[in-house]
Amino acid sequence: MIKRKVVLHFPATVVEQPFIYTLAKEYNVVANILKANINPRKEGRMVVELSAEDQEFNAAMDFLHSRGVQVLPLEQQIIWVEDRCTQCGACTVICPTNALWMKRPEMTVSFCSEKCIVCERCLKACPARAVEALYLSGE
Amino acid sequence: MSQLRTIQEINEKIAKGQVVVATAEEVISLVEKQGVEKTARQVDVVTTGTFGPMCSSGAFLNLGHTTPRMRMSKVSLNGVSAYAGIAAVDVYIGATEIPETDPANSDFPGAFNYGGAHVIEDLVAGKQVFLQATSYGTDCYPRQKLEKYITLADVNEAYLFNPRNCYQNYNVAVNLSDRTIYTYMGILKPNLGNANYCSAGQLSPLLNDPLYRTIGVGTKIFLGGGIGYVAWQGTQHNPNVARTENGVPRGGAGTLALIGDLKQMTTKYLRGVSFLGYGVSMQVGVGIPIPILDEQMLRHTAVTDAEIKAQIVDYSEAYPQGTGGSLGEVSYAELKSGKIIVQGKEVPTAPLSSYPKAREIAELLKAWILKGDFALTEPVAPLPTVEFPVKFEDQAK
Repeated sequence: MIKRKVVLHFPATVVEQPFIYTLAKEYNVVANILKANINPRKEGRMVVELSAEDQEFNAAMDFLHSRGVQVLPLEQQIIWVEDRCTQCGACTVICPTNALWMKRPEMTVSFCSEKCIVCERCLKACPARAVEALYLSGE
Repeated sequence: MSQLRTIQEINEKIAKGQVVVATAEEVISLVEKQGVEKTARQVDVVTTGTFGPMCSSGAFLNLGHTTPRMRMSKVSLNGVSAYAGIAAVDVYIGATEIPETDPANSDFPGAFNYGGAHVIEDLVAGKQVFLQATSYGTDCYPRQKLEKYITLADVNEAYLFNPRNCYQNYNVAVNLSDRTIYTYMGILKPNLGNANYCSAGQLSPLLNDPLYRTIGVGTKIFLGGGIGYVAWQGTQHNPNVARTENGVPRGGAGTLALIGDLKQMTTKYLRGVSFLGYGVSMQVGVGIPIPILDEQMLRHTAVTDAEIKAQIVDYSEAYPQGTGGSLGEVSYAELKSGKIIVQGKEVPTAPLSSYPKAREIAELLKAWILKGDFALTEPVAPLPTVEFPVKFEDQAK
């Protein structure tokens, strides 16, 4: 069983195709869509948690690649710049999933990338601007 | 109460390398272990620290004379206006000033990514900053326009002068309305979505000397990574507030005006920050040593987060309208636990003041004193205070 949060980039040429339906129907992939949008250039970007049996998961990835969909690991998307962080904690009540969290009683801020859903609310909630979003554009 | 030691005696011990220093955190466990009396006899100095956004901050710069000379009536640094209504080539750059081109809150909530505090941070980081100045010409100062890059090394004098720092205690900010609000206390989610507070609590300088017995005008301090001094009581300094039995204010009270050489400072303890929908501010690191002159001072410095209370204030209505009123009182121990109860609802809390940085500053100041690099000063004038009969529980046993 593989369970992974990924970012899918859909080029404009395929953005109208029903990928999630195909993933579920053909590959038994459970898709939990966390965030999705289509930009004015008709390119799609989806943050999604995918889970399936190993073989089916890998086959599903091959299917996405073959159709030109780029699959990127989610942890590459939000970067917590530890050096820039002043350990204040303002982000920790804004983060909806506790990916940015406070270790108590030390009161130090940590980032757990597995919990991050890339909602990007932390970007502007951080007074020191210590969180960055890394946009990996599909080539 | 009998005096245990004088500041002069402490300085002699510092010079001889015999001084005993504890941070405001360490002194708590010492008192728990061995009682007040023994600890007071043992510890000479307690170091405090705080690192939080302190909007009322800024720097005086002397930009140096050009040839031909120029008065510099209007000055900006990286597009941020600096006050030049003083003598030729002297300016004051305020932490919260934003560039004229910043859309501010016309694109709500404004991001406020860059302002005066960031200019100061860039200067401290050794970066080049773009200086633009204009002036009406005079016989003695004929030049009317100047544009060039400068660094902190090019500036003659540069000193931080912060009119209001180190607030002695502060509000806990909540939002009772049904929309998200953007404040200097951070983002406050609707319907008591979160509670933000801003104090180092048991490590905070003025909470360890609540009646300003040792901190006064002229007190030498740690400021932004360098040496600074208390210049005056800060603006809005108000000792006449409700206090707990040990003299600790139950809300905002005393403040300090601080001064220090910018050229000694580091970006580790001086940082520009942006509050969404509010504006620019500066995180300032301050550490103040407290001489344990008698048992009472030791008891003051042994104050714990559980004994320091703050008021919960609604920033959607009561604060902006100035109608006042507290929604309740909580201790810093409760605030630090991560949640408090307000109007029967469990509310997650977040600090704006960095406790790890405050601890780091108290440790660093302790190390400076132990090394003999930092001697204590006798205040040259006291801060306005109040007669307050302090009652301590018998902790000595």
